[in-house]
Amino acid sequence: MATDPLQKTGPEPSVADTAAPGHLVVFDQVVKRYGDHVVLDHLGFTVDRGQHVTLIGPSGSGKTTILRLLMTLEQVSDGVIMVDGQSLTHMPGPNGSLRPANEKHQREIRKKIGMVFQQFNLFPNMNVLQNITEAPVNVLGLDRAEAEERARDLLQLVGLEEKATAHPTQLSGGQQQRVAIARALAMRPEILLLDEVTSALDPELVHGVLDVLRDIAHTTDITLLCVTHEMNFARDISDRVMMFDKGKVIESGTPEKIFGDPDHERTREFLGAVL
Amino acid sequence: MGDFFTYFFDHLPDVWSGLGTTLAATVLGSAVALALAFVFGFMARSGSVLVRGVSRVVVEFFRGTSLYVQLFWLYYAFPLLFGYELTPLFCGVVAFGMNYGAYGSEVVRGALNAVPKAQWEAAVALNMTPAQRMRRVILPQAWVQMIPSFTNLLIQLLKCTPLLWLISAADLTTVVQQMRDRTGETTWAYLTLLVMYFVLAYVLTLLMNALERHAKARLGQHTGVRGLLRSRSAQPAEAAGTSAGGSL
Repeated sequence: MATDPLQKTGPEPSVADTAAPGHLVVFDQVVKRYGDHVVLDHLGFTVDRGQHVTLIGPSGSGKTTILRLLMTLEQVSDGVIMVDGQSLTHMPGPNGSLRPANEKHQREIRKKIGMVFQQFNLFPNMNVLQNITEAPVNVLGLDRAEAEERARDLLQLVGLEEKATAHPTQLSGGQQQRVAIARALAMRPEILLLDEVTSALDPELVHGVLDVLRDIAHTTDITLLCVTHEMNFARDISDRVMMFDKGKVIESGTPEKIFGDPDHERTREFLGAVL
Repeated sequence: MGDFFTYFFDHLPDVWSGLGTTLAATVLGSAVALALAFVFGFMARSGSVLVRGVSRVVVEFFRGTSLYVQLFWLYYAFPLLFGYELTPLFCGVVAFGMNYGAYGSEVVRGALNAVPKAQWEAAVALNMTPAQRMRRVILPQAWVQMIPSFTNLLIQLLKCTPLLWLISAADLTTVVQQMRDRTGETTWAYLTLLVMYFVLAYVLTLLMNALERHAKARLGQHTGVRGLLRSRSAQPAEAAGTSAGGSL
């Protein structure tokens, strides 16, 4: 492609890149309860800048909750989540105390994070181009021409440049999901969360979406955190695979290790059932 | 029959004036109602118990007390209490506005709640402020779902305007009533009224259907030309949007 739509422009915080202060994402003793039901049980893990991490595990085990907490769609019951050295869950209170983060604090940290949903969640009151330019114009303050240029580059990246004026309902599920990916990338997040992005798609449409994601994974320095049931995709793009069950990460390692020679019986069972 | 219509056409200016009062009460009353519907509808979704409570009390009060009594109260009791007389039309606009604003607030609240939660979440993921989420994403989708219910309320409001007769506003009903008294033609006088209100209601329906079509087209939901001529029916709000629900 002619221009790299993911290339960052303008002044960049070089400090973060050169100093690399620890991990980009840290979950520390994170607990999430719904009533008596414990979904995350003192969960701890880290993701480093530029890593591609995939969460696998049985359905309903809370993998998606991890992404939703990071996107601030849910709040932790206990524990701390750090993003790029800042707490997502807490902010400084009076006299050096900590209190739960408010909307304003979370908005600051959310700048670094983007998310693609299982059900695409495009805005039906906007066409494709408007879906992609809405937030860059109104949240980042880009001027419209610049936002549209960025959107068209991204549409090219996902192979839908001719659909700019189409309405979401005129697109197939796979096309909608590719627009949703472009929409998330238009905000230039450092971390992209992918929540079972192919689960709602007809089988023949899955490939187009995964190809786009592979392309992004291999050609950019974006940090990916995925929940997926596509084990081949996980093997293909991941630096690290985390097996998650019953509120905890029970095993974590390279795709070769997890898919080839897992340590835990539970991982073997799970992979035996899905592969 | 001849007597009534001779009188009717000889006194057309009176008819126009009555029609004007009826339309003014309908248009102004529904404008007030629309504004109040949004105010109380948004208040009903507030995080503050106090704000929600105020909205609840006001809405229940106006839904639970008779429109007749409110009208009488404004016109006859208000001046006694405050020493300030209100014009009949003003009383009508306030009473209709409050009443239908109360009903309308439930429409607003319901339509906002009916927008899939996933749409809010997508807006959060794009780091929009709460105000941007509402204005740019949720409200345009909720609006489409409000229109059919608003159409029903608008027609009902129109059909309440003959109550103005009770407080001596010279609306359409009052004017035709007077013609009936002069000519003694009860059958034709009321038949004329029936037809005139039907025509008014149908014109409003057509206008609202056009508005609904326009709003739906913007969401990419196309309805055929037949939708334009469809008469109102208490249809359930359709689930709009390209997606629904989410996953845990």
